[in-house]
Amino acid sequence: MSHEQPLVGQELDPGLTRQARELILNLSDNLNRATASRRGFLKGSSAFVLGLFLLSGKTAQAAGATELTAKVADLETFQGGDATPHLFIQIQPDETIQIVCHLSEMGQQVWTAVAQVLIDELDAPWENVRIEQAEGHPRFGNQNTDGSRSIRYNFERLRWMGAAMRAMLEEAAAQTWKVPKKECKGALGHVTHVPSGKKLSYGALAERAREMKVPPRKAITLKKREEWRQINKPVKSLTTPSIIRGEGEFGQDVRVEGMVYAVIARPPQLFGKIKSVDDKRALEVPGVIRTVRLPDLEPPAAFKPLGGVAVIAKDTWAAIKGREALEITWEDGPNANYDSAAFEKTLMEEVRKPGTTRLKRGDVNAALDAATKRVKADYYMPHQAHSAMEPPAVMARWDGDRVTCRGCSQAPQSARRNVASVCGIPEDNVTLEVTWLGGGFGRKSKGDHFAEAALIAREVGAPVKVVWTREDATRHSYYHTVSAQHLEGALDDKGKCTAFLHRTAFPTIAATFTYGQNEPRWGDLRQGATDTPFAVANMQVESGKADAHVRIGWMRSVANIYHAFAVQSFASELAHAAGRDPLEFLLELIGPPRLFDPNKEGAEYDNYGSPMEDYPIDTGRLAGVVKEAAKLAGWGRTLPEGHGLGVAVHRSFVSYVATVIEVAVDADGKLTIPGVWSAIDAGTVVNTNHVKAQVEGGTIFGLSNALYGEITAENGAIVQSNFPDWRVMRMNEAPRAMEVSIIPSTAPPGGVGEPPTPPAAPALTNAIFAATGIRIRRLPVFDASRRDRLVKKEQNR
Amino acid sequence: MSITLKINGKEHTVDASPDTPLLWVLRDHLGLTGTKFGCGVAQCGACTVHVDGNTRRACVAPISGLEGKEIVTIEGVEGPEADAVREAWKEIDVPQCGYCQAGQIMSAIKLLEKKRDPSDEDIDLGMSGNICRCGTYMRIRKAIKQAAGDLG
Repeated sequence: MSHEQPLVGQELDPGLTRQARELILNLSDNLNRATASRRGFLKGSSAFVLGLFLLSGKTAQAAGATELTAKVADLETFQGGDATPHLFIQIQPDETIQIVCHLSEMGQQVWTAVAQVLIDELDAPWENVRIEQAEGHPRFGNQNTDGSRSIRYNFERLRWMGAAMRAMLEEAAAQTWKVPKKECKGALGHVTHVPSGKKLSYGALAERAREMKVPPRKAITLKKREEWRQINKPVKSLTTPSIIRGEGEFGQDVRVEGMVYAVIARPPQLFGKIKSVDDKRALEVPGVIRTVRLPDLEPPAAFKPLGGVAVIAKDTWAAIKGREALEITWEDGPNANYDSAAFEKTLMEEVRKPGTTRLKRGDVNAALDAATKRVKADYYMPHQAHSAMEPPAVMARWDGDRVTCRGCSQAPQSARRNVASVCGIPEDNVTLEVTWLGGGFGRKSKGDHFAEAALIAREVGAPVKVVWTREDATRHSYYHTVSAQHLEGALDDKGKCTAFLHRTAFPTIAATFTYGQNEPRWGDLRQGATDTPFAVANMQVESGKADAHVRIGWMRSVANIYHAFAVQSFASELAHAAGRDPLEFLLELIGPPRLFDPNKEGAEYDNYGSPMEDYPIDTGRLAGVVKEAAKLAGWGRTLPEGHGLGVAVHRSFVSYVATVIEVAVDADGKLTIPGVWSAIDAGTVVNTNHVKAQVEGGTIFGLSNALYGEITAENGAIVQSNFPDWRVMRMNEAPRAMEVSIIPSTAPPGGVGEPPTPPAAPALTNAIFAATGIRIRRLPVFDASRRDRLVKKEQNR
Repeated sequence: MSITLKINGKEHTVDASPDTPLLWVLRDHLGLTGTKFGCGVAQCGACTVHVDGNTRRACVAPISGLEGKEIVTIEGVEGPEADAVREAWKEIDVPQCGYCQAGQIMSAIKLLEKKRDPSDEDIDLGMSGNICRCGTYMRIRKAIKQAAGDLG
């Protein structure tokens, strides 16, 4: 095994089991790499050894790994992972608290949040924290950094680990002083013998503490909320100090000795193939080394490479120029006829027909027939691309039949499995190292870029970094699906909603994994369709069919985006039809505080993987954020001419967000956004400042897509390529100001990264309606028909 | 062929074809990876550097035209404006993923060098060439104003 080489510079204890040895090797390897990466991926140099020495002596590694195999009572597995503290925390003699973060850092500040929770329960000084990125490996528990679950799934587990290590330090102090443990208290980096006032630092106790057994959960006391020093505080980011100096390593930044660069010409159509390729001119480009042909992609797409031809060169520029010089004739595949304009018509026709009933309460059709006023509306939203500022990039390097991949991944364990599967090697032969991510938004959960790099590097026989360009990222994404929705509502003579029909049709994400799948799954519908908790006597949710013609994937808040757009727009449309205030009408739709369970009304509802008893759908909390956002915005105030306020609310990833937007539309139809006000109830939050940042960013993401986002296909190929034709929000278009309120809560932590996005689009279009009377039902607002001006069609004539 | 470039006060001789944009020489040849690749067509600003005192998009600046010029990247930028911007960025915790932030900071420094007390319109004008997909615009605006205040 290659990494049995000069490990800690010392021999391993021959008495260790094979499994323990492997764990030690893996763990130290991982930590070494993390240190090395900060130093620019030095390899085999003296600096590497130095980093190793600083990080961990043999004792620490051995103790940590032994504990891993020791089947520690009920800390062994907890909330989806091993909760043995040595896996995540190491205390150095110099008081450094070395933390390994198993979740991917992509701007949501998970490094800081994980450290806050561990350090708080450990009760160590914040200044002593050092943090490293874990590699992708099953021993860390679930490392999937999407689904707004990092804190939701790990909060308690991290607390237990921090508290367990504090208990071990207390035990070590008790043994040192030969006093009862209950007289010893760890706080702020020292254990104090309370009766005598004697103190020992964590660093001084670390070596002895390593020998302590990890205590069972019942022997550990977690801190009380009022004792928290880091949790629920606006602790400063651990990454910002590096970012502002251009330091830190993203996937695009990886450099190793002897590395060459690759860019790939991929088939314009999904499942398109190469008919012929001539690389003569490409090979003449200075700096180009060779080309590599990738295997054609066969359905299902999953996370397999798309195929095509890679150009290998001594730098990225030469590879790009080489790709331009390739002469490739593509062969049409099964998606050659995919055309967005035609598909929009098909999808709209589908959604206007009765669909499959997925949730039923009362008798919607009878109530619609009996309505004083019957309201109907259709909504459409095109494909979107994630468009993280960092296009995907991965370096792969082979050593015999083992490969090391280093790059940007939100799901490193999945990427590792994918590399193994695509390369036909055992998973244990894949080392998957994770860099910082220059944004993820769900795109980097799919490990196709890792598989490409591994295949190409094996063929080339040297380390290769595969660089995706912006054009690649735009044309070969896992697209947010295109969707159509049909809503109908009944109003009685008092203007109260008595029936609510929501029909939705869209190509499902499941088609990416099961070829031909053309019906939404429960997992698609639970995101803003079957979980709409309206207090309406007659309610029905239906789904229609739609075929997928591109890779469909999840993007920040996923199906909630289009479902919230339709439902929250329609709530406002119903209010208008009833001649009532949209805010007051929305609160009436939500109704009195109560718990709603879609499982009891015919739907299958998994609550984003969180138990309903801990995270119920609570209409009191839903109404709570609406009221708070409205209060912040000063709902009801007199607005200047051409201004309008819009409100929307949505629960997703078990958190609640309401947003009020003020728009201003001038006489020429030019739109600006003077202000945005949001309230979030995400239960217990770890970092108050960074939660606000997520609400700001998630809202901008939603607004950008709603205003400008449209990915289209012609003849099966994506039309847009780069920022001139794929538009995202810029500084001059962004809201001038945004205020966020976090609802104080002792509920368990909910999601934060995604829930702010869904209300953004409907709050915006509701505001546009309030300002102009123009109702936007087809996104983006500024599509080809409207360019940059909000002028009523009749005014146009 | 060989070209000598002066970057962050030091001379570097690189062997790259003369049409190579500065971005790839910085990143691939010199290991100065703080300057980021975002679009390659001067639309996103992630690659913003300073050349002879002005902002340039390194992704569309061929090295053939840069000999003898003073090139400054995020790794080397200094001065009162750079200090004030970095301090405000930290104080407000502006960055999320951070990928665009080197470019944002390079643009903000130049904006403040030219406009000591930038208005909202100045900020729109000076910063609209830098895309941030994480949506840190409101914090960037706030941080620029704070940095301007600190510079006095």
